[in-house]
Order: sequence, then C-alpha cells, then structure tokens
Amino acid sequence: MAMITFRINRFNPDDERRGHYVQEYQLDVQKGTTLLDALNEIKWKQDGTLTFRRSCRSGICGSCAMTINGVNNLACETQVLRLGGSTITVEPMRGYPVVKDLVVSLDPLVRGILAVKPYLITHSAPPSDQERLQSPEERARLDGLYECILCGACTSSCPSFWADKEYLGPHAFLKAYRFIADSRDEGSAAHLEACDDRHGLWRCHTIFNCVEACPKDLNPTKAISELKKELVKRRLG
Amino acid sequence: MTNFDPETIHDVEGVPIHSVHRHDVVIVGAGLAGMRAAYEASSEFDVAVISKVFPTRSHSGAAQGGIAASLANEEEDHWEWHMFDTVKGSDYLGDQDAIEILVKEAPVVVREFEHMGCPFSRTPEGRIAQRMFGGHTKDFGKGGPVLRACYAVDRTGHVLLHTLYEQCVKNEVRFYPEFYALSLIVRDGVCRGIVAWDIINGGVHVFHAKAVMFGTGGYGKVFSITSNALANTGDGLSLVLRAGLPLEDMEFVQFHPTGLYKQGILVSEAVRGEGGYLINKDGERFMQRYAPEKMELAPRDLVSRSIQTEINEGRGCGEKGDHVYADLRHLGEEKIMKQLPQIHELAWKFMHVDCVREPIPIQPTAHYSMGGIPVDIDCQVLADGKKKPVTGFYAAGECACVSVHGGNRLGTNSLLEASLFGRRAGKSIVRFLRQTREFPELPPDAARDAIGEVKRMLSSDGTEKVGAIREELQEKMMTECGIFRDAKKLEKITGELRELEKRFENIGIDDRSDRFNYDLLEAIELGHMLDFAELIVAGALKREESRGAHSRTDFPKRDDDRWLKHTLAWKHGGKIDFDYKPVSITRFQPKERTY
Repeated sequence: MAMITFRINRFNPDDERRGHYVQEYQLDVQKGTTLLDALNEIKWKQDGTLTFRRSCRSGICGSCAMTINGVNNLACETQVLRLGGSTITVEPMRGYPVVKDLVVSLDPLVRGILAVKPYLITHSAPPSDQERLQSPEERARLDGLYECILCGACTSSCPSFWADKEYLGPHAFLKAYRFIADSRDEGSAAHLEACDDRHGLWRCHTIFNCVEACPKDLNPTKAISELKKELVKRRLG
Repeated sequence: MTNFDPETIHDVEGVPIHSVHRHDVVIVGAGLAGMRAAYEASSEFDVAVISKVFPTRSHSGAAQGGIAASLANEEEDHWEWHMFDTVKGSDYLGDQDAIEILVKEAPVVVREFEHMGCPFSRTPEGRIAQRMFGGHTKDFGKGGPVLRACYAVDRTGHVLLHTLYEQCVKNEVRFYPEFYALSLIVRDGVCRGIVAWDIINGGVHVFHAKAVMFGTGGYGKVFSITSNALANTGDGLSLVLRAGLPLEDMEFVQFHPTGLYKQGILVSEAVRGEGGYLINKDGERFMQRYAPEKMELAPRDLVSRSIQTEINEGRGCGEKGDHVYADLRHLGEEKIMKQLPQIHELAWKFMHVDCVREPIPIQPTAHYSMGGIPVDIDCQVLADGKKKPVTGFYAAGECACVSVHGGNRLGTNSLLEASLFGRRAGKSIVRFLRQTREFPELPPDAARDAIGEVKRMLSSDGTEKVGAIREELQEKMMTECGIFRDAKKLEKITGELRELEKRFENIGIDDRSDRFNYDLLEAIELGHMLDFAELIVAGALKREESRGAHSRTDFPKRDDDRWLKHTLAWKHGGKIDFDYKPVSITRFQPKERTY
C-alpha cells in the first residue's frame, strides 16, 4: 500500500479558455493495482469529469494507450507500483489532436490504415468447399505482424509523424506488410503502391521509437524495411 | 445505394436536420455479430454500423480459445457429434432446430473467414488447425475429447474481429464509431431506426433505416467480478425492453471458474489442463471432495460451484477469504514458460504475481449471458417472444437468444454463434430489403424520450453517485444472484434493487459537458443495468429448479416436468410479466447431464 500522486494532463474542449492544465490526484494504491484501476477509482470516487478511453481491461482492445511517465503504454497493463516513485505523470498520447483529457482523436490512425488497402486482395476464387492451404511455415511469416491491436502507441511516438501529420504511420505499414507477407494475398502491388506515397514509408528514418512504444512487442520498423526492400526490388525489375 | 434526397428527410423534433441520417440498414454493435451482418448486407445495400467503441475495440476480440466447427481437419468429427455436445451442454434447454443450423453451417462460416484472410493456425498439411475444448467430444459423448476448436494461437477472437473489420472497410460499410444508441424507434410493430448520441462531439442523432440489427453483446458488468469489458453493460437489452418487447431466459448467466482475483479477467482453462492445482487456505486440493476422479478437470459449472462453496464455508484465501489459488508452482519454471507463457504474462501484468513462485489468486467470474432478445432462426426479433416478428428488426450474437446455448454455453460456441447468426441476420436483411422499397415513416417525436433522458442526466444534481450505486448493484448481483441462488436471497435482492432504482432517481453527475462525456454515458448505462437486472432476478426466482448455470440450492434438481421451457419477460410500468414457450426438441431427448 502506498499513497501515489497522479499528475494528469487535462483539457476540456467545452472550456477552451482554461486550455491545457495539470491536475493532481492522490490515491492509496495496493499491489496488483493497474493504472487503469487507479484512473477508474479516481473517476468514480473523486472526480467524474476525468476522461479517458477504456474497455477490455486485458490488453487486447487497444483503447487505453496513453503516455505514462513519458512512455506510451496501455494503462490496463501498467502496474502502478512497478513504475516506482510516488508521483506518476499521465498524458494523452503525443502527436494526435487531444479530444478531452487523455482522449485523443483516432482520425490519423484510421486514415493511415484505410490508405494501405488493409484487407486480403485475391483474384482467384477460393476453393468452394474448403480452406485455402497455407503451410505452417508460410503462416509463421505472419507472426509479429497480425497481433496489432491498433492502440496507436507506435505512431504517436514517431518523429516522422510529428513532422508530417499526413504521414501514414508505422501501424499502417505493419498492416500493409501483414498482407504482403501472406501467401494467400495477390495484391502486393496495390498495398505497396499505397505505401509508396509522399507521406509514405520513405519518411521513416529507422529511429525505432515505434518498436520501443509497442505494448505488444511488435516491430513496425522491420516491416517498413521489408516494404522498402520489396519496393526497391520491383523498381530494379 | 440510397439516393440522398433532402426533400424526403423527415423532421424530427429536437434534432437538427444534418443529424438525421438515412441508411438501408443500421447495425448497432461492431463485434463479430454486427460486422458479420454488415459484411453480408453491404454487398447489395447501404449499411451503417454504429458502435460505442471503435470497431476493433469490441469485446469479441478478447476471446482466445477458438471457434467450433466439425471440419475434421485433425481427426474424425461430425456435425451430429457437435450437435449432441451442444444440446447436452445446454442442459437440454437449447432449441435443437437452431442448434442443428449452428453445427451444420459452422464449417462454411469458418472457411469463409479463412477466405477473407483470417490468419488461422495451420496443420502440417496446411489446413486450419483445431484443438480440444471442454464439453466437445467424439461419438455422442462416448469417445473422449475431440479436436474441434479452430484457432489462431490464443488470439482467435482478435483475428476474427480484425478480419471482419478489414472486409467491412473493403465493402465500404459506413462506420459511426463512438456513437451510443439511446433508443429504438418501434411503432405499430415496425422498426424505423434508432436514436444515438455522438460521443466525441456530443449531440443527438437519428438513424432512419428500413432494417435495424442489434449485435450489442453481453451484460457481464452487472456483476462485480466479470471477464467482460467495461463496455459490456447490456444497453441493447434494456433498449428492447423499453420498446415494449420481451427478453428470454435472462436468468441464465455463465460463471467461469478461473477469473483473476478482483479483476475477473479470464485465466484460460489451459491452467487446469496443464496440471495446475486449485487450493484453499489450508493448501488442500479441495476438488477431491467435489469431483474425486476428474479433480480440477471437471466441467466449468461444477468447478465454479466448488470454488464458491469453499469461499462460502470459510476456506477461502486472503484477509477476506474471498478467493482461492490456482497453484502452478509444482509444474516448474520450464514447463510454465513453455506451455503457459500467456498465463504467466497475464498474472504478472495484471496482478503483479509471478506464478513460478506464487500461486495465482482466482475466483469465479461472470462470463456470458445465455439469454437475451428472442429471435427466430432467421434472427428476426419476436414481438411476442414466440412467432410474431417485429418488421425490420433483427438481432444476433450474445445479446440475442435463438437459443443455441440454453442453460449453459460450451466454450468456442460463442464466436461461432455470433459469426454464424450475424451472417444469417445479414442474409435475412438482404431478403427483406429486396422487397422493401420505401423507408417506414419516421414519427416526429422519435427522439423525444432519448433527448429527455440525456437532458435529465446532464442536469442531474442529486446527492447519489453513479459509481456508488453501480458498485452496490454489482456486489449484490454477485452475492445474491450469482453462482448459488435461493428464494431468500432472490427476494432480498428484489427489494434492494427497488431501493437502488429509487436512489438512481436522485443521482448527480460531475461532468456537464457535451463532448466525450463518459460520466454521462455511465449514468445512462447504470439505468440500463438496473432495468434488466430486475429481469435476471425475477426469472431466477420463478425458475424453481437447477439447470445449467442456474443453480438453486433450494431446488437442487433439474425439473423437466415443470421447467423444460424458456422464460419470456416484459416490463410494463414497474411490473414484470412472464410467459413461457416450449423448447424445440428434435433429435435428442433430455437425459441426465453427467460428465
């Protein structure tokens, strides 16, 4: 049990005069308490106006990504006492427009995803009464690509995105490469073309922030390198 | 596609014209059921999906284990075997006409997911891989476990959900993410659309439609310990009730035996499958007193009841004695890290417990609602709960009761039900729309109640707090209408619910702003939970037997003579009216359910 101070960045769009400010809350925290538990406790017992997204509580829905002591992570997967220290800062993820308190706009995230044709593209019809075959080795190429929960932690931490708000973002390239790597996909050219844009993958300067930020331990930078290789291969014929 | 014609847009009192939308189909809920229906209908019609969370945040994504289908990719299997297991698992309350559809169409539905690009795990031959799951057997229960659950590692729900989102994007389904349904517009037996709240910007919107479908999910959050997401507040169910329609079999709630203590998050059955022990405060493997042969591997409902008995009789662990331990320490670090890495991560991330060195505190957790909105096998909502459909209104998935799960659901049948009946709903809607040229008339007062509710909540300045009332509701539902029920406890909670409802009238919320106001939403959600909780309790009190997940200590036996029937319940004013309907029994006559 320890008394922890939460320093939370706040913003209410219906009170723009006040702008952005920091508010402190104190809470007794026990072993096992996650940051999401703590935020809920504050919202339900101290201040109903404190606003953040949340849903599954178990690290799979991707709602509660935020910047915790300067690092992007899921609130539900963050043990408060493991952060160490008696003060914890909580901010909305950087780079996205703030909607309210810790809630950011998902629009840039969705725009990036939609741009890369985020679906399996096939021209040949599937077998009528069975699945397409895919060997375990072919399937293994999707590991580390398909697990993305679209929390947005990667793109929020990306300096290229900070500089160019139209940048599609590492999450979008991870998605694009997930299909290019799929033995069943017949639309590589379409996915690649979408990434080969003014705001596309050439803006990635392999800073690896996205890798560090991913709460699911995925590696968007590697996916981007693979996409670059594919594009170069194609250009060289 | 519908042509936009401002001349034909009806005025709705209190709603600006630009907030009145028209789509052929409006689907509420973007989980497996909702998006599968959207995918189906969007090939021909203009489909909108509104959801209180962004589509890929829906709770279908949390399912881990698999989706059942007798593909026979790994070993012999038949839909008839799957049917028997599902009927038996339902404790014979499942409707066998619906179950037959479920098990026969299952292989088609799973293969379609594969064709859409779903990254299933694979067999050495490159086919969809399958694993065992509780209650799924060979040869009509005579032949041991069968490999029937199609899976993608332990992220099956996640891959199905994301695949459907991708396909809906491809089909240009119109999403309205973070819109919250406030009311259902049903007049004269015809569904005409819904009213919703724009969470991000604030404001009431009307969605005028020829067909409405609900895939609004479950209501686990009405219990204090649940595996469900914070969003699973059962809003859709109460919207149906408020529209004067009935709900079916609400007393049947599944409790999973191993939820993380306090969090309720699911600890997979693999923990017991790999040889973990369940121990009480004396370090005793108490399952030896309940299931001496199967021990920890007894079926879900039996293990849940055993754990609860230990807690009730003072052998629980911790200061409050309100949980037991899942102990894996004897398995050793190597086996834990190789076979159960996810469990290790789960206990560490969410409880700060290292299960190599410490036992994991667990307790039974509210997991799934078998009951819901009564629908026929084509997913049409039934106004009388039996035969008479509401024109243009459909439901599928956990919010619906078709009923394939009866008194108790088998693992991996929920992803199947949501997808399969979502698909059927989509097909029904397409058939309906092909014959329906005109939009039904939109009554000018369509949004009146919804606007009133929002205004009332936003200006509420009473002394009661939403969080406090909700916590009491959840605690009481858990202890008095949870795993073990009896007339005394149920009568007690009936009165307590009325008290809570009275207190709810005197709430005051902190956040008065329009934009992204979860304080407002939580208040509205609490109103919904109070509404349908009454039905769970009343149905449980009426049903004087023990069947599936409904366990009455004062009526410990199943009673087919009196209770082999479905409960239907309406709310008229403050009063609950009941009716009952027979169970469809085709192939398998009820027998005693033993494992």
